[in-house]
Order: sequence, then structure tokens, then C-alpha cells
Amino acid sequence: MFFDSPLTARTVGIAIVNGNLLLRTEPWKDLTHDRLVWLYRHLSLIRLFEERLRWLVETGVPVGAVHYYTGQEAVAVGVCATLETTDLIASNHRGHGHCIAKGVDVKRMMAELYGKATGTNRGKGGSMHITDVNVGMLGVNPIVGAGATHAVGAALSAKVRGSNQVAVAFFGEGAAGIGALHEAMTLAAIWKLPVVFVCENNGYAQATPVEYAVPIKNIADRAAGYNMPGAIVDGQDVVEVWDSARASVNRARAGLGPSFIECKTYRYYGHHQGDDPHRYRTVEEEEAARARDCLQCFRTQVLERGLLTERDLSAIDSENTARIDEAVAFAENSALPDLRELYTEVYVPNGVA
Amino acid sequence: MSISDRVLTFGQAINEAIRQEMRRDPNIIVMGEDVAGGAGRAHLGLVDAWGGPMRATRGLITEFGPGRVIDTPIAEMGFVGAAVGAAMTGLRPIVEIMFVDLIGCCYDQVMNQAAKMHYMMGGQLELPLVIRTAYGTRGFEGRTYGGGAGAQHSQTLYSIVAHIPGLKVVVPSTAYNAKGLTIAAIRDNGPVVVFEHKFLGTAAKGGVPEESYVLPIGKAEVVRRGRHITLCGIGRMTHVCLEAAEILASEGVEAEVVDVLTLAPLDEATILESVKRTRRLVVVDEDTPTASMARDIAARVADKGFDWLDAPIKTINAPDTPVPFAAVLEAHYVPRTPLILSAVKEMVG
Repeated sequence: MFFDSPLTARTVGIAIVNGNLLLRTEPWKDLTHDRLVWLYRHLSLIRLFEERLRWLVETGVPVGAVHYYTGQEAVAVGVCATLETTDLIASNHRGHGHCIAKGVDVKRMMAELYGKATGTNRGKGGSMHITDVNVGMLGVNPIVGAGATHAVGAALSAKVRGSNQVAVAFFGEGAAGIGALHEAMTLAAIWKLPVVFVCENNGYAQATPVEYAVPIKNIADRAAGYNMPGAIVDGQDVVEVWDSARASVNRARAGLGPSFIECKTYRYYGHHQGDDPHRYRTVEEEEAARARDCLQCFRTQVLERGLLTERDLSAIDSENTARIDEAVAFAENSALPDLRELYTEVYVPNGVA
Repeated sequence: MSISDRVLTFGQAINEAIRQEMRRDPNIIVMGEDVAGGAGRAHLGLVDAWGGPMRATRGLITEFGPGRVIDTPIAEMGFVGAAVGAAMTGLRPIVEIMFVDLIGCCYDQVMNQAAKMHYMMGGQLELPLVIRTAYGTRGFEGRTYGGGAGAQHSQTLYSIVAHIPGLKVVVPSTAYNAKGLTIAAIRDNGPVVVFEHKFLGTAAKGGVPEESYVLPIGKAEVVRRGRHITLCGIGRMTHVCLEAAEILASEGVEAEVVDVLTLAPLDEATILESVKRTRRLVVVDEDTPTASMARDIAARVADKGFDWLDAPIKTINAPDTPVPFAAVLEAHYVPRTPLILSAVKEMVG
């Protein structure tokens, strides 16, 4: 069991209450200046990327079907900040944030959304399939729950190959109902695989509220059924996410098996571009959620603690805006795929048998 | 490859193929329900309790251990998905869906995930994955061997796999080609689904060389030469075609038999060359007829070889019904020799 783990219990101070993993640490003292800058750089880059994307969609640029990650940035950033480049993540349909936090180049992401030959997937994937294996991003995957099984397979692979990699599965609370997730959790638990299940509970599966579709208040409670620790964290607080994720990642890397983190967060916009969320939720609810905006929360904390200045933060925002400008220009100026691409890569080529 | 005196069953040949490949490459793992059996009971001296439905994985755990021969819970979506994830990250998994009827539990992983990864990721990843699955009825000559398994454990269903771009689908028919095609599937860098007929598992015996060999995926084989008509068989149906050809020969009709062996990508050239010589075609397929491989092959030959044909193409399938249980019904369900003979007699005047 998790609380028997000397590594995690001693170094990051974890308690289990009612089967759930709760944090009792003072993570701020472990956050270096460089780490804080990294966190804000990625929070801001995701926010600006998505805001630009919304603008592009609204001005009629054909970027295909997109699911904005805005509002949930702290989850992807807090978790990926604990990973090495060689670690592996599997993402869901709302995956832009995971891609950026894991280090996928925003130029090639934007080019992929434009369906250009220079995109991450050379224009053959689009928003819902962005992949970059060179940074351990195994794919945005729009079949709910499917990515969790791949993360488990990646963790199995790491264990068999003795590679010491950790895998992370990102999924929403909408995946709480699909069998694939439960099968994945079963396999991870019985084989003690180095995998972390990260549930982003943003309150809505398309237009279905969580309280309708999930019969328990905290999805992390499900972890107990798989004999793995489950943590409930404030998904608007990147530091809390980071703190919980490092405990889980350390545990996985130490060979102690899987764990589950439920991040309570909020999706600022509709399910996908063009969806009006006011058909299924109130403005008051949105305003309450936005009052706890994860970027603002981080800014307030670092400023109050005197760890970063307004100037530091603004400089990061400006750099990121320039990167997004560059990404859009790169996408717009890139070539479309050659029509022959339609027929290539259907089968995997074989080398010498 | 010379013909061997060493006789193995179809199931033993597959076992040998996997074993030899696992010795060659430490990244090959085997996963599935009871691929070994009795998991976790080694401390009681209990290992290798099952070995898969046709015992094709028996004995692997004693040689390679539970780290590479991995029994799974009954969770097809989970473990086929895990095999996909493992294949994306450096392993070469051989995963078993015990019976193809169970593919419904994990079809997403087969048709949305494994099949499309390479393409939709722009070629970033290889996906060296083998999915082995048993198919077909157990009936033979009006009797069911090992018990009739009914509508949910007897289907053929390869057309719903061959339909999906990106999957290679092989259907071996003999112990010899089962070994060669299994090795080819394991060495392929993409997903390959191997359909193994339940009845052939123990019934098909033949010479199998001990050394490792590869038979090419995507290549049909002319297994009997003839000049009057082409009988095209898939899997077990190739044996039914050969039996019909033998009877036809005694009546003066020389039937050529083509064993399709790979359904995707289909070897159109070998089938068309045969039809060009014989000018007539019957395709025999144990699957149900609507959207079947038999009709797909017929359509392709009609499209590309119509001018050579002296008679309309005939397709012989199981009927458009679920597989029945009673032995007498099941035997009536499966395409059989008399149906071929009467089709041929209509075509060869």
C-alpha cells in the first residue's frame, strides 16, 4: 500500500484518509525559481495558444474540430512538470494542453491544426490525434478511455524493457463510465505498473453534468476498488497538482505501482468550437469557476510570496505571444500535404525480416 | 523450403513459431486470457495450466517466464489496448483474443487504435503487434468435435477485420503455412491479425521444417493446378475446395485451387492469373455472405477480369444466419463439398 512506501511517505508527506490520498506538504519550498518559471511559461503558453485558436476559429480559419483546454491548464502543467522527456503520456480529445506541457512544438501543433505537411502528424491527424513520440507524447486520443489502456501498455513496456519510464494517462470525468478505463486500472494494479491515472474532472462530458453520470462525489474513490491510492486535488492550483503528481510519479518510478489523481477543474468554453455551454450550465457557475482561474491563482501566489515579479510574468507572456505569432505564421506559410500522402503509411513498412 | 518429414499439428506449428521468435527477440511478449493458465500459482508447483484454446502457447511460460508470457484477466479492451500501447513503445506483443467472437469487447482497439496509429500519426510510430484469434465452427461431417459452441463462439468474422485499412489479415490453412505466416506476422512492423481455425487446430497435420521460415504476407498460393475452373478457398474452406477438386477430377473436371492465405492486402494478381487460365471462379468462404470476403473477391475479379470469364462468378458462404448449435444444423451451416460440386456443374457445361 501507498502509506507503506518509505519513499513517498517520508519525502513528500502523504496521508491516506478514507482511502484517499491527501497532501500534507509544503511544496513551495521545493519549487526553485527555474521550476516556477517553467510552470508559468507553460500555463501561459497553453492559455495563449487556445485563445489564439479561438480567434482563428471565429475568423473562419479551418482548423478542424477542436476542444479547448482553457481553464484546465494547471492539470497538464502540474503533472508534466514532474515528468522526464522520456516519460510517456497518453491524452484525450481535449489534448492541446497535454501536448504543450509535455514539450510538443507549438509551431508543428499549429501546422497540424491547419492540416499542413509540416504538422506533428504531417497533416494526417489533426487536433484529435496530435502525437510526438520524440517528447513522449503518445497521442491525443478522442475515443474516451482508449488512451488509458495505451498508457498502461506503455508502462508494461517500460517494466518489461527495464527502462524506468513512467506513463501518465490523462482523461476526463466522462471516462469514469467507460469500461476501458476500468480494465486499464485493473491491469495496472495487478501488474503493479508504473502508471499514473489523471482524471480531469471539469464537470461536463460534452453536455452531460458529472453529477448525473457519476454516482459518487469523488471519482478518486474508485481507486480504492483497484487497491491503488487515490488523491483529490484542487485542479486550479498548479502547485497542488504538481505536489500530488510528484508523489505518484515517484511511487511509480520506485516500482510501487499505479495511483490515481482526481483534479477538480473547469472547462471554460463549450465541448468543442461552436458549442454554447449556456444550454446546459449557468453564467453564475462559470463566473464562480473563473474567479478561481489557475493562471490568476498562480500569479497571485508567486507575487504575494515574492517569488516572481509582475515584470517576470509579463515577459513570459510576451515571449509566448511571440511564439504563437510565429506558430501561426509557420502554419500559414507551410505547404499542404502532397495528394500522394492519402495513400502512404496505411501499412507500416517492413525492414529486413 | 523443402517438405519436411516431421509432422506437427496446426496448433503445434504456431507454438513452435512463437517459441522460436521469442528466443530470437527478447522484446516479444505473449498476452491473453490463459495463454499460460493458473497465473500466480507457481509457488504451488502449478504452472502452464492451459495454453490457449488450441494450446498454441502451452509451454511458453516455462521457457520464458511470467514476465513475457502474461496471463490477463478477462478484459479484452484493456489488454488489447495495453498491447497496442506496448507496441507503440518498443515491445512486439503477440496478443490473443481467445475467440474472434470476443472481438466485440475490444473492437475499438483493433479498428480505431491499432489499425490507424501509423497513418494518423503521420508515420511516427511502428506498431509491431500480432493479434491471434480462433475462429470457425468445430463441426465436421455432421458431428461437432469438442461440443457445438453456438452462435457466440463459432463465428468467422474476418471480413470485419479485413475491412479496416491498416490491418493485415492472414488465414493459414495448414501446419506448414501456419508456422511461416505466424513468423511473418511477428516480424511485421505493423499490426497483423492471424485467424486460426478451431477445427484445423488439431485436425490439420503436416510436415513442418524445424528451422524458422517466413511465408510472405499478401501472397496467395495455387495449391492444386487445373485448367477448367478456379476454386478459391479461405482457411478451412481450402480443404473443402481440395476435396471437391478431387471428386471433380474423377469426373473429368480439372479444378485449380487457390488458397487465399492473406485477406488484406489481398493478392489479386494470383487469383486473376488463375481465372485468366481457367475462365471460371467459385469462391468458398465460411463467413456469412453479406459484405463478405467471398463477395469482395468476386467483385474484384468481375471488375478486373470480366472479359476472361466464361460463366458468372459463384460465391459459396455460410447462410445469413447466426451459427446454430445442433450438430445437424451446424453441419448444414458450414459450406460443404456438395455445394461446390453443384455450383461447378452449373458453370462447366
